[in-house]
Amino acid sequence: MKKIIVKEEHCIGCGLCEVYCTVQHSKSKDIIKAYNREKPRPTSRVKLEVHKPVSFAIQCRHCEDAPCVTACLSGAMKKDEETGAVTHDAEKCIGCWTCIMVCPYGAIQRDSSGKVVSKCDLCAELEIPACVANCPNGALVYKEVKK
Amino acid sequence: MPKYVIVGASAAGIGAVEAIREVDQKGTIAVISDERCPQYSRPMISDLVSGKADFGKMMCREHGFWTENNVQALTGRTAVSLNLQDKYVELDKGDRVDFEKLLVATGGKPFVPKIEGSDKEGVFTFTTLSDAESLAAKLEKAESAVVIGAGLIGVSCTEALVKRGLKVTMVELQDKILSLILDQTASEMVENVIRKAGVTIATGQTVKQIVGKPENDKVVGGAVLTSGEQVQCDMVIIAIGVIPRTELVAGTDVKTNKGILVDKAMRTNVQNVYASGDVAEAYDFVYGENRLLPLWPLAQLEGKVAGYNMAGKKAEYPGGTAMSSLKYFGIPVISIGVANPKDPDAYESIIKHDAEKSLYKKIVLEDNQIVGITLVNDIEKAGVLFHLMKNGVNVKKFKQELVADDFCLATLPRSLRRKLYPGEYK
Repeated sequence: MKKIIVKEEHCIGCGLCEVYCTVQHSKSKDIIKAYNREKPRPTSRVKLEVHKPVSFAIQCRHCEDAPCVTACLSGAMKKDEETGAVTHDAEKCIGCWTCIMVCPYGAIQRDSSGKVVSKCDLCAELEIPACVANCPNGALVYKEVKK
Repeated sequence: MPKYVIVGASAAGIGAVEAIREVDQKGTIAVISDERCPQYSRPMISDLVSGKADFGKMMCREHGFWTENNVQALTGRTAVSLNLQDKYVELDKGDRVDFEKLLVATGGKPFVPKIEGSDKEGVFTFTTLSDAESLAAKLEKAESAVVIGAGLIGVSCTEALVKRGLKVTMVELQDKILSLILDQTASEMVENVIRKAGVTIATGQTVKQIVGKPENDKVVGGAVLTSGEQVQCDMVIIAIGVIPRTELVAGTDVKTNKGILVDKAMRTNVQNVYASGDVAEAYDFVYGENRLLPLWPLAQLEGKVAGYNMAGKKAEYPGGTAMSSLKYFGIPVISIGVANPKDPDAYESIIKHDAEKSLYKKIVLEDNQIVGITLVNDIEKAGVLFHLMKNGVNVKKFKQELVADDFCLATLPRSLRRKLYPGEYK
């Protein structure tokens, strides 16, 4: 499957990945409207992690044997056998936070509504995920990886 | 004859079916459950009662789960006895199901202490879908309830009843709520939120008698606490906890303690007989011994491990530990491992408490290894901490940072990250 590879040595900590993730997951898909008018502001599913001088972006790693899928109480978190992606169905999610407890990357968040979780969906509708396409320094790469 | 027979079709049974089918698409599987539609999420029964979820949303697997996995689903049927000699399970009405390999995943049943008057109409337990349905059916006419037990089940039930407009009194034998999984500070934080929602909490007490209504003694009218106080109520919910449903193996060669004893492959002492989920005593990596841990995610994982091994793919249960995440009353809480060290001198606790912002983080260390995690409100990096805990990482060099606001993966030294997440550094 194709995965997002994180190259921490190339990350300059600009945070554009979070900005474009937020826009991509907004209703309007417009940067100004997404940030100023949509309340609550859509949650960025990628997080820029900073512990100076280290910085890198992290999002769901779509694990082969995903602990969140095994732990999910409601069946909202699933492994898509065809694409290999770990998918999250917000309609089924009950916000029990069990997936947050078991994600070894800390890559699942409560979304801004506080009622369900949100995580990277690899921008299923785009060819290249928004964070990767808008990273100015090649710190995020989208490529085929072996299982 | 079915190759695989699974008794119980909740978390562990589901996990086992999925694992078996990953390895063996052809071997016949029969699943026996006394529930009619067992593939629902038991922890969600409180969401059904509160109205947050309907029956469809509670289904943790699709409607056609059993047929899609080519499973003979003997639902609404009870396994009454087990013959290990001739390898069959006897069902109600005398039918028998032969097996080559058996998984006992019968789960738990509510612990119900002897209370005078507990046979009255309006007394409920809170474990299964049918418990929740019986309770929900009586809510229209009820105005108040007493919930016995302030553990996970009691708190979840109380929240549901409050959402349905009932006046609730929660009665807890211990001196604080959620006493098994929270320390004093975290327990108080949650207790304050619950009290603000209008719930009366009586700790250090239990219900000694359930009394009837003046006009009809057969119907619940009140509960008498050990203090002598009488609380008026229309229903009593017994939510103390669950105990393993071991009846099926009673009198057989399968060894039990409180639950069925299993090794790390989920095998019992009897060949070709496995056990998983709330009925089993599986390995706890914090305590270093097998014990009861009736928790959904662990049951599912145990079932998966059993399923792989039954189908011939070697798998080892990595061990679990007490792990709970709470969403109730709008205060997110995660508790893993040791919350209340029995011998405080043997442990070190790193604590950050901001009462104003209602934030609390506590990491319990033993020889610089994490053995306990408590997080209130700021829970999002719980999984990273849990990963350090499971891997027995020595955190001496950065232990103060574990409770920092900005703790994240980047906090960990690069060399440690490479070791803990090898797949990311190929």
